[in-house]
Amino acid sequence: MSNNHVSHADLVPDNLKGLVADWSSDVQAFKVRWSKAMMWIFLVSDTFIFGSFLSAYMAVRLTTIEPWPNTSEVFALHVGGSDIPLLLIAIMTFILISSSGTMAMAVTSGYKKQRVKTGVLILLTALGGVGFVGMQMFEWSKLIFEEGIRPWGNEFGADQFGGFFFMITGFHGLHVSIGVVYLTTIAVRVLQGRYDRLDDYQIVEVAGLYWHFVDLVWIFIFAFFYLW
Amino acid sequence: MSQEEKPFKHPSFYPGDAPETEHPFSLYISVWILLFVLSGFSYGVDYAEVEGYLRWFLVTIFAFLKAGLVVGVFMHMAWERMAFLYAICLPPLFLLALVGILSVEGAWVYYVRSLFMTLTG
Repeated sequence: MSNNHVSHADLVPDNLKGLVADWSSDVQAFKVRWSKAMMWIFLVSDTFIFGSFLSAYMAVRLTTIEPWPNTSEVFALHVGGSDIPLLLIAIMTFILISSSGTMAMAVTSGYKKQRVKTGVLILLTALGGVGFVGMQMFEWSKLIFEEGIRPWGNEFGADQFGGFFFMITGFHGLHVSIGVVYLTTIAVRVLQGRYDRLDDYQIVEVAGLYWHFVDLVWIFIFAFFYLW
Repeated sequence: MSQEEKPFKHPSFYPGDAPETEHPFSLYISVWILLFVLSGFSYGVDYAEVEGYLRWFLVTIFAFLKAGLVVGVFMHMAWERMAFLYAICLPPLFLLALVGILSVEGAWVYYVRSLFMTLTG
């Protein structure tokens, strides 16, 4: 070995800190921060959960002898004397995509360490999430109390429709609700200046990943559940 | 992060020190508009009452285009290194195997049920 070789022991101390360092990053495959890598890995696992739900929905929908309920009829909204198919869903999609847009801008502002701008944009995003969940509550109560849709049956067609609808949109709504709490927490911390003191806005990007994923899942629910 | 706060000397412990990919708001606004247009197309498929394979094909294409824009631009995957991109984006492809198996299974259950209904009237 040459004299100018720097050994691992020189760089990383042999104590508890070193133990954590050795176990977590002595060989680093991904050149991103751990918070970001871990959020992505969590999102991959969540992809499998929603992927399994939607695949199960496909499998069951293939098996029904009774026709599957016509979604543009079930989810029509009565406005001004005529039924507009999927109107509420279109508005919900609009709101969720918009909140994804404001989140992307919040992440960019976070890179630039613009405290107020980042905080306000995250709060706007969370507000979009609240709007989305509110409209989902309206949709659910309409389906439950007016249309009489139940997890075990409905008047529009195959009995299995309700079970899959409530499970898939419910689990997505739960993700949106958790996201609202998460984003509000981050926004408050941003505005309080916590990340200025740390000189590190990485957490905003990580929270952004979660929120964009919620939007991503909605894209597939919108396509496969409402439109197919 | 200042030098004093760093317990380790090796730079690979601090990949975050590399400058983050910054993009102008205009890029996000263009993608935003594009997502609206694509959602409008999906909605249009329903509104125009396109049915059958063409409907499924169009709805699926628009969904995957939107997903690509969200993951690529909003989630910055387009600017990540290939090692990371593959580690995250390849595993979900295994879901295709699940979809394949379940579609065979679903078709078989439908066949058996139809047979039962025919035989029992």
